[in-house]
This record gives sequence, structure tokens and C-alpha cells, in this order.
Amino acid sequence: MAGTTRGFVGRRRERDPRLPPGQYDARDEWPVLHVEATPDIPTERWTFTVEGLVENTVTWTWDEIRALPRSRYAGDIHCVTTWSKLGMTFDGVSVDTLLAAARPSAAATHVMALSHTGYTTNLPLADVTGGKAWVVWDADGQPLTPIHGGPARLLVPHLYFWKSAKWVSGLRLMDHDEQGFWERNGYHDRGDPWDEQRYQGD
Amino acid sequence: MTLTPGGTTHRRTLRWQTARVVAVRDETPHARTFRLALPEPRPHLPGQYYVLRLTAEDGYTASRDYSVASAPDGTGEIELTVERLDDGEVSEFLHEVVEPGDELEVRGPIGGFFAWDGRSPALLVGGGSGVVPLMAMLRHARRLGRPDLVRLVVSVRSPEGLYYADELPGPETVVVHTRQAPPDAGRTAGRLAVADVAPLVRGGETAFVCGSTGFADAATAVLVEAGVPVENIRVERFGPSG
Repeated sequence: MAGTTRGFVGRRRERDPRLPPGQYDARDEWPVLHVEATPDIPTERWTFTVEGLVENTVTWTWDEIRALPRSRYAGDIHCVTTWSKLGMTFDGVSVDTLLAAARPSAAATHVMALSHTGYTTNLPLADVTGGKAWVVWDADGQPLTPIHGGPARLLVPHLYFWKSAKWVSGLRLMDHDEQGFWERNGYHDRGDPWDEQRYQGD
Repeated sequence: MTLTPGGTTHRRTLRWQTARVVAVRDETPHARTFRLALPEPRPHLPGQYYVLRLTAEDGYTASRDYSVASAPDGTGEIELTVERLDDGEVSEFLHEVVEPGDELEVRGPIGGFFAWDGRSPALLVGGGSGVVPLMAMLRHARRLGRPDLVRLVVSVRSPEGLYYADELPGPETVVVHTRQAPPDAGRTAGRLAVADVAPLVRGGETAFVCGSTGFADAATAVLVEAGVPVENIRVERFGPSG
């Protein structure tokens, strides 16, 4: 690491242990950073599809996915732009439930998360299985608003939040890694906030 | 709707480098520009940003993203304009402490989607500090001798809030005042409206919108109403990140 910055002490000396390195607590703010126009996707038109290397390509409508067993995430989220939000709750369905219906083939190693806007982001399959990922439609007990990805977004809270694709439309299972939107634009392929995997090469 | 990536595939490492502050100047009472000399200059596209990192004696760090305000000009120097935010851990330090001769760690340039190629027509719409990356585009167009390629609309609350006030005005720019307009503004104070934007739409251009979330969504709606296809609109939203 290079030298220190002259005169810089920093303000928040009592670090909340839930904050990964380089992150700060956004408290009541929930910043919004997507790069496309915020889409208005009526729930009647919203669908979610698991495709690619699966035994069954499965598509759920809004009513169908909400009829699946519910699953809740209670915890923290971390954005690569350095804000974190602590102690949130999200309600939806576990990605495990969705994959169990589609039955990934043994060759599948990675997924591409797809969005109704065309946004994409890549993840190792192991990062969306085993109770680590959800498709969610409520945040802190309220329906997700369009600026936060409503009607539903992916939630992969142990990775930086660009992996949690807003307006999610599906997962494509692949037998290799392939870069998504931000990853092609210089961001890290995995994005573990505890290792500060912000950009390619970190 | 489509979302086409703007950048090329990245596999390279973005290394931190220690830049030297060569000049500091005020843009408004709340915004200050820092000119940095880079030991390892990399050409940037107008619209890209750098990460700036402060490190305390005990290893504590705080970093923020700042858009480049200057055009790629081959000098090996970049300008970052920083708005001083209330309780902003980084922006307050930059405003109060940093002076020419200081060293600051940065890495970049980053971002390929909110970046102008310098060749195709662009309609730039900024709110307040959101003008910074758009200024890099305007400066680039003027340096290239192609100011006709860009049209810039910037929305400010009052004349005092306009960044780059000595340089920005020109035939390709429009300033919209939302709260207090100068007597010669030719427009009463009020929010950005379709009438402000519609005369600037040529068809086929890419629109770059930058500002707060509220401004970005309002400006996007105005652009769509003025006839810009939503898939041609690229947005950079400023979060409150100090």
C-alpha cells in the first residue's frame, strides 16, 4: 500500500464489524445507481425463466413465483460504490427452489443473471446455491419500488450489489464463465466485499 | 429495451497510482476542482471516472468515485470536480485540507457505458453537480473542433450554482434555472421541461443524463416525451456518498 494522505484521520473510528473494508453505513439512505432509464414493468408482464444447461427450462409468471415457498433474507447489503445498508430484510423465493424445478445439468458451473432491461451479471453457480441467493419482491416489508428493481430483483447479498440484478428476468446456466455488463466494463468477476473485489485484478 | 455495453472486455488490472495536486480552484461556493498530475497517465473517455482513496496513519481508508471534468488532452493530468457534501468524510477533507503539492491516491479511468466516443451526436442533460462528466464531453467536443456534435442542458437552482460558469456557456449549451433565474435568462425559473429539451433533439443521438436520482428520473421522462427512445438514454445517478 502506498503512503498515507497528509492530514487525513477519518471520521468513523468505531467501525461496525458488519461493515466490510472500505464501506460506510448508509443508514437511512438507499442510493440508486443503475445506468438505464428506470423501467415500469407491470407484474402482468413480469416473468422469470431458468434456462441454459438445465433439464427443464422453466418460466414462472408473477402469480406462479409468488405461490412458491417463501424465503427471507435478514442481513446486510454492500454496494461497490462504498455504501452498505445493515439489518435489512428481503422476502421472496430462494434460488435453490427455482433451480430445483429446472434441474441444472452436471456440467453447469456458472450462471448469467438476466434482466428485463437487458442488464446482465455473471456468477459462479456456487454463489447462487446453498441458501445464498433469492429472487425478492419485498424489502423491509414493503414492495420493491421500480428504482430498486421492482417488481422483483435478484438478491445475492454476500457479493457486491451489482450482482443482485434489478428487474431480474431469469438465470441462464452455463458450463463456463462469461462477463456481464459491469464485468465487461472493468468490474470484478466475483465481487466479494470482504476481499474488496471491486475491479478487475483486485 | 436493450442495454448494450459501451466498453471493451476488461481483463487488465486497475492499479492505484499516487497523483500530485497541481492546482485547486473553486467552481462554486460548494464545488472545487482539483487538477492532478498522474505518474502513469491513461487516456480516458469523457464521462469516465476515477476512484480517489484517502489513507490515515493507522491504515483506515475512505474512497469515493469522482467523474473526470477535463477532456482527454494528452497532458497526463486530469481534473476532478468535487461537491462538498454535508458530513461528507471525503469531500470535506478534500475541500478543507488538500492543496497544491499534496499527493492523492487514485485509480482509473473506470466506466465504459456512461462514456462518449467523441464521434456520434450526443445530447447531454445534467442537474447541478451532474454536469461534471458532461463538461468533459463538452470540452472534448470543443477541443476536437466539433462542438456541433453535442448539445448540453444543465439545470441549476440559481446562477451561483452553475459550475464552469466562465467556460460552459455557448451556442451548444442551455442553462435552466429551477429556483432563481437571472433577468436575461429568457426563461422563468422552473423545473426542466419538454420545451427546454425538445428543440435540441435531432434524432439518432445518445442522451447522457447525470444528476441525483430524482433529477435523473425526471430528466429521463422529459427526454422520452421529447422523442428520445428510452434505449438511447444512458444515466448516471449520484448517490449520497460523501
